[in-house]
Amino acid sequence: MKPISAYFEELRTTRAWRSVFRSGPGGTRLHSALVVQQNIFLHLFATKARKRVMSFRATWYLGALSFGTFLILVVTGVLLMLYYHPSAPQAYADMKDLQFVVSSGVFLRNLHRWSAHAMVFLVFAHMFKVFYRGAYRPPREFNWVIGVILLLTTLLLSYTGYLLPWDQLAYWAVTVGSNIASAVPLFGQDIRYLLLGGHQVNANALLRFYVLHCVVLPIAAVLLIAVHFWRIRKDGGLYVPEAAAGENTLAPAGAAAEDAGAATRGGTP
Amino acid sequence: MLNDDKRTPDNGDADDLSRRRFFVKLGTGSLALAGVGTALFAYQYLSPNVLYEASPVVNAGKPDQYVPDSVTLDPATGIYLVRATEGFYALSAVCTHLGCLTAWKPELNLIACPCHGSKFRRDGTKIEGPAPKPLPWLRVWLSDDGDLMVDRSTTVAERQYVRV
Repeated sequence: MKPISAYFEELRTTRAWRSVFRSGPGGTRLHSALVVQQNIFLHLFATKARKRVMSFRATWYLGALSFGTFLILVVTGVLLMLYYHPSAPQAYADMKDLQFVVSSGVFLRNLHRWSAHAMVFLVFAHMFKVFYRGAYRPPREFNWVIGVILLLTTLLLSYTGYLLPWDQLAYWAVTVGSNIASAVPLFGQDIRYLLLGGHQVNANALLRFYVLHCVVLPIAAVLLIAVHFWRIRKDGGLYVPEAAAGENTLAPAGAAAEDAGAATRGGTP
Repeated sequence: MLNDDKRTPDNGDADDLSRRRFFVKLGTGSLALAGVGTALFAYQYLSPNVLYEASPVVNAGKPDQYVPDSVTLDPATGIYLVRATEGFYALSAVCTHLGCLTAWKPELNLIACPCHGSKFRRDGTKIEGPAPKPLPWLRVWLSDDGDLMVDRSTTVAERQYVRV
């Protein structure tokens, strides 16, 4: 019996597959590079990376884990939206329905909540790791700035999501939070008025926070994440401190890469 | 175990390969299982367990408010209550073509659909138009309080009148 990979290789030779993925079958290094380069999602990343950069100890995978929690939040969030009406007082009843009536609703709601907490933690941990390794230094200063904006986006997503259950905790947290926003010099009251769509936390505020939480901020996050990933490639790959001379040299493309790769592996302790 | 006993240095690699294949199968099998589980999970989640829809049973009020030989449309519930000489009956007012709400035309003595021009008699039978079926008769009964009740979810055979 053929292994499953053989069926996959066969699939890659079909005309339908070739019409979608232009790089066809093959297993050479050049081919692997083309697969990455010609895919709209993968082309954000470098076609090759040093093995050491891909190891757990280089990054603790904190950026990838942050992105993973973001994906979980998008999927669970879209599913929760199917049962949630952003209107007062229906929002509270919908939240209770998700907990007690909808099949697996409590699971998805809790998954959304825990992933949100985990994302805030992971994004901070990612920032500290980047900071203490000095990975923010030139030529990566701009990606650090995007990272800071992404941190703020994460916190705003967390904050706007807080109001949506429309319970006492949500109501008073947003009352306090919007009063903090009003402490901004000169424009404070205007910011609060625009944020809440009024002077009180009521139906307008709920709708505004819902739109921010489900439309504006996720779109901003997706665009910034795309730029963040793309800048890694443009800034010369993930930053890893020099361990030994010669280890950070990039392997050239094509057949010569075989030798260079072997040399790098040999040089890693 | 027997294979282990017979193993020679040459088929050691072949053994390794079959172990790898075993784990590849185990892995893809687990993924397939998880995929099926996710599909079932999604189906269950997406099917609401509680609906906030109007009850199919409608209270049409006291019988004597309907004048003899009359057809009364209630647009909110989508039913005709007809008082014929034989007794009361209820028709669904939803066109059997594509679900538009039909209207009673007293001057023409027929039921007409505004969307695609289907026409029905007051007993629900089709006169013309794209509608494939007559308007169904709905179950009607008298409640203990003497109100006419209509169950929009239950159709009955034609000419089942309720006498008061």
